[in-house]
This record gives sequence, C-alpha cells and structure tokens, in this order.
Amino acid sequence: MDILQIVGNEGINKEVPDFRQGDTIKVHFTIHEMEKTRKQLFQGIVIQKRGNGINKTFTVRKISHGIVVEKIFPLYSPLIKKIEIVQQGQVRRAKLFYLRKLRGKSTKVKRAKRTQSKNTNN
Amino acid sequence: MLGLIGKKIGMTRAFYESGDSIPVTLIQAGPCTVTQLKSIDTDGYITIQLGFNEVKDNKLNKPLLGHFKKNKLNSFKFLKEFKVENKVLKKYKSGSVLNTSIFKVNEIVKVTGTSKGKGFAGVMKRHKFHGKNMTHGTHESFRGGGSIGQCATPSRVFRGKKMSGHMGNQTVTVKNLTIFKIDKERNLIFIKGAIPGHRNSIVTIRKIK
Repeated sequence: MDILQIVGNEGINKEVPDFRQGDTIKVHFTIHEMEKTRKQLFQGIVIQKRGNGINKTFTVRKISHGIVVEKIFPLYSPLIKKIEIVQQGQVRRAKLFYLRKLRGKSTKVKRAKRTQSKNTNN
Repeated sequence: MLGLIGKKIGMTRAFYESGDSIPVTLIQAGPCTVTQLKSIDTDGYITIQLGFNEVKDNKLNKPLLGHFKKNKLNSFKFLKEFKVENKVLKKYKSGSVLNTSIFKVNEIVKVTGTSKGKGFAGVMKRHKFHGKNMTHGTHESFRGGGSIGQCATPSRVFRGKKMSGHMGNQTVTVKNLTIFKIDKERNLIFIKGAIPGHRNSIVTIRKIK
C-alpha cells in the first residue's frame, strides 16, 4: 500500500457502523456557533457514499417541513459523534439520485434485512 | 535559509479537533547529508550544500563522484544549496545529517518546486484571457487573443506582450505555508495547502527565519 493511503488511514480514529445506500440513518453531530457548541440530529436516507479512506463522505437526504435538505458529511469528521441505523433499505443502485425526481409515496425505499457486520469501515 | 530537500508524495485530507477539514500535502523530507560548506574565504558566499536520495556510484558522472569522494561521502542524486548565516554554518560539518527535526509544527515555511508542464498553451489557458464569442458571427478564431498592437506607429510588438507559448515546468516558490504535522520516524512533513509540482517531484522546504 502506498504511503498516502497508510497515512490517510491513520487519521481514522473511530469506528462507524456499516450503513449502506438506501438506509435511513440518524447522524448526531455538533455545530460550532461562535463560542457555543450545540448538538444536532439529522435523519434521512443515505443517497450516496464516495471517496476512500479518510476522504470518504456520505450524503443524507431528508424532507423537512416540505423542503428537501441534502447534507454531505465527511465520514471521519470529529464533529460526527454517532451514527445510528434506523432502517435498512434495499436498493439496486449505488447512487440514489433518482429519488430527487420522485414525489410522495414513490420516494419510499424498500425495507431490507441484512445481518449487521461489525465495523467494517465501509 | 536552512531547509531540507524532499519528494512530494501527494495530497490528502486532515481534520482539526474543531472539526475543520483541511487539505494537506505530504512531503518525504530528508534525511539530507551535508556535502559541502561554502564560506566567504573559499567561495565568496555562505551556503550549506545538502545531498538527498542516496544512489549507487555508477548512476553518477565522474565530476560529481569526485566531489563526494573528496570528503569520503556517499553518493547522492540531488544536491541543493541553502543560504545560511555564519553561526548556523558553524554548527554543521561535512557529513552531518539533517532531518525533519529542524522544523517545528505550525512553523511557516517556503516550498520551492518545479510546476507541472502544460506544453504549448494558448492565451486563454496561459494568461486567463477571455477569448471570443462562440456566436454572434465569430468565425475561425474562438480562443485567440485579439489584436497584439497598433499599425505603423510603433510598427512593432511591445516586449512582454502576453501571447501563447510554453506554460509550466518552471521553478515556483510558495511562501507562507504552515507545517501541519511532522512524522519524524518516517521523515514525513505534512504541509497545509498545495505545493508546486507533480507527485514524486523534488521540492525544497526552507525556513523563513
């Protein structure tokens, strides 16, 4: 493995659950506002995962008061305190951008049951 | 100022504890061996010459080999000189080894390298010209620079006129870069931001003070 990957992987100092595209997850993260910090929760469907090692990011999409919000999180950001899987989804694509064109009931992702593999960092 | 010769490895991401994500460049810096000390008496100026990347003797030419053999040193592929003050020069002698410990975390440094070669580039790429309209009757010339001067007066093109030509592959120095982290065991320096050149290119990192 080349040294760039090795160094990048050393920056990974936390374990994250093995969630996939289509899963509904809860992201607990902190926000710095001037000197104050507060915790926030973001719950939605994972529509994309990209990048390698410490560069890995994921996108969560939710509908909040009728307004669609998509948020990109760096997976190994120290601001992310916890990730919970609320519901596992079964999808046939790696990127769920087609959800953006759909409205209402058709945006629902089929439920799936997978055995939880422990901390694969994927 | 004193510094090190290194090899650019590539870029990755790092996080501050506050959560800010920053781009960092990895440099394999040193260890460098002092190959010559130049003083005013012998050379007319004060520099410290460092060698980096040890190679077999058959990879070098005879004049360079003689230079190393004279001081009974190993052979190095890259030599660079660093201007230093006289008191700094006296700390070192021929054959002493410098490594990343000469730098500190959060120190401001300069990095010099050779920029990526872009070949013969047009004015839009080389000088950020705007080019011409794609529509409204433009024909033949879409990316040209337009007029390059007047007519009979001055009847020449002024020197320094921005035109197309070779771009990149030049020595570029970036100042005020911050050292983010130092890995002494693996001789790695993490620099915040980007540095000139492609991967595996030779760069020098110099102190500002």
